[in-house]
Amino acid sequence: MNTNLFRRRNILSLFIIVFLYIAVQLMSNLGIIDSYIMLNLIIIGINIILAVSLNLITGFTGQFSLGHAAFMSIGAYASAIATTKLEQPFIVGILMAAVSAAVAGVIIGIPTLRLKGDYLAIATLGFGEIVRIIGLNVDYVGGATGLNDIPQYTNWTWIYFMVIATVLIIKNFINSYHGRACIAIKEDEIAAEAMGVNTTYYKVLAFTIGALFAGIAGALYANYFYFIKPDSFGFMKSIDILVIVVFGGMGSILGSIAGAVVLSIISAFLQSIPELRMVVYAVILFLIMVYRPNGLLGKFDLKDLKLFRKGGKVNAGIKGE
Amino acid sequence: MPVLRVSNLSMSFGGIKALSNINLEVERGEIIGLIGPNGAGKTTFFNLLTGIYSPTEGEIEYNLKKRGTSKNIKPHKIIGYGISRTFQNIRLFKNMTVLENVLIGFHNNFRYGLGASVLRLPFFYKNEKEAYIEAMNLLSIFSLSDKADEFAGNLPYGEQRKLEIARALAAEPQLLLLDEPAAGMNPRETQELMELIKWIKDRFNLTIILIEHDMSLVMNVCKRIFVFDYGILIAQGTPQEIQNNPAVIKAYLGGE
Repeated sequence: MNTNLFRRRNILSLFIIVFLYIAVQLMSNLGIIDSYIMLNLIIIGINIILAVSLNLITGFTGQFSLGHAAFMSIGAYASAIATTKLEQPFIVGILMAAVSAAVAGVIIGIPTLRLKGDYLAIATLGFGEIVRIIGLNVDYVGGATGLNDIPQYTNWTWIYFMVIATVLIIKNFINSYHGRACIAIKEDEIAAEAMGVNTTYYKVLAFTIGALFAGIAGALYANYFYFIKPDSFGFMKSIDILVIVVFGGMGSILGSIAGAVVLSIISAFLQSIPELRMVVYAVILFLIMVYRPNGLLGKFDLKDLKLFRKGGKVNAGIKGE
Repeated sequence: MPVLRVSNLSMSFGGIKALSNINLEVERGEIIGLIGPNGAGKTTFFNLLTGIYSPTEGEIEYNLKKRGTSKNIKPHKIIGYGISRTFQNIRLFKNMTVLENVLIGFHNNFRYGLGASVLRLPFFYKNEKEAYIEAMNLLSIFSLSDKADEFAGNLPYGEQRKLEIARALAAEPQLLLLDEPAAGMNPRETQELMELIKWIKDRFNLTIILIEHDMSLVMNVCKRIFVFDYGILIAQGTPQEIQNNPAVIKAYLGGE
């Protein structure tokens, strides 16, 4: 059993991960990938982290949250303060972002997760607005004009390994009894409870983990774009993230990754006509809802990839071969 | 020694008394039938036993662990008291596989922490593999093992009922509550279910309380029967006694 880490599919995925990193890094050094493409790669990376973490909350655990951008905002400000005002290295900024967003997740999660469906959506929406308005009114973080001159630490290496870490941690979480408990809550809360699942604990846990990674995404964002302001993390940003999750498929990590890549690229092409961006978004969502109601990939996920499967059985890792 | 003792149990929803002044005892190893017309309070009684509601008055004692009215025990703790249940309208996790449904039943038997699951420590694999083997054993008892990787929602109705019982048994209960297990089954399936209930009772050393409208099943399987009507326990006794009890006949057929 202990040899599981060195099984063929793990070595193969490790190889692909390292290869992709080196390839992009090399191309970037050689100038094949210019700064514009790199900018988009960074945006894709941030969107993947945001979408996968929201998917844990909304797609897997079934808690409809409209406040994900608020956690990103808390992370962005925490990292900006750490790296700009306190002049700490980036890793401290990321840690501060992760911790403060996670703490906010616990504090918001405990009272609001008693609510269900629409009520939870409204409560998280309210939370997002509260964070934005606090940002607008606190002079220490620059108020409405925002924070400037944040050092640019985020690069391909940071983005890439943060994305890998996010996906791996959330995937491993989901494929454990903790994750199964979360999915059971989405499927049938009363039955889950009767089977001994502490539903409040798991809802808050999923919410907190999701918030933590949104905070990291915020840190990566702040330390790439030099400048943050409260309005960058408003309601529309939360909707953007939710659109990626729904587009890719609720409850599919691979779907969120695909959704983030596809929608970020479309968004980049629509940059010249920002007025039409939301219209095109709406049309795409409409088409997806009509033709693939479960999202782009539906229930298909990482573990279903042919490449990673051995003997054609799902859950091969758990069965231990 | 009784496995369950209910004393002076009452439950009101606003002005409506769903159950009033219920007193009963269940001995270890019995199969108890709970019958009564619709709205008699049978499911309410189950919901009280499993902590979904907390009683307005009275108390439920289970295995010497007392549960008073004031102490509001959370439903997810009830399984720790050895009580497991199925539901009247099947509540499976439809988009999870058959295997995963049973694994949720094992939820409280898993021991690895968050760190072990995220870092995939050896302990994780050991624990998961043990649970996998036990779950597959349980599924083979219900002859569902070849469907382990199918989504629970895709099973035919009878097998969904069986899977729900399998999931309830995964939690290793001492007291199993079955809420209308034969609902929607044809006579042949009911017959099979009857044998199955008798068999799992001996195999897992269980005490079973079942709510059922199918009288042939109840009279056949149950040692003792409790009859509820309008929230009152109107009769209890062996199937023979119940069939001849005037109060029961009146509740079902009406009369003077």
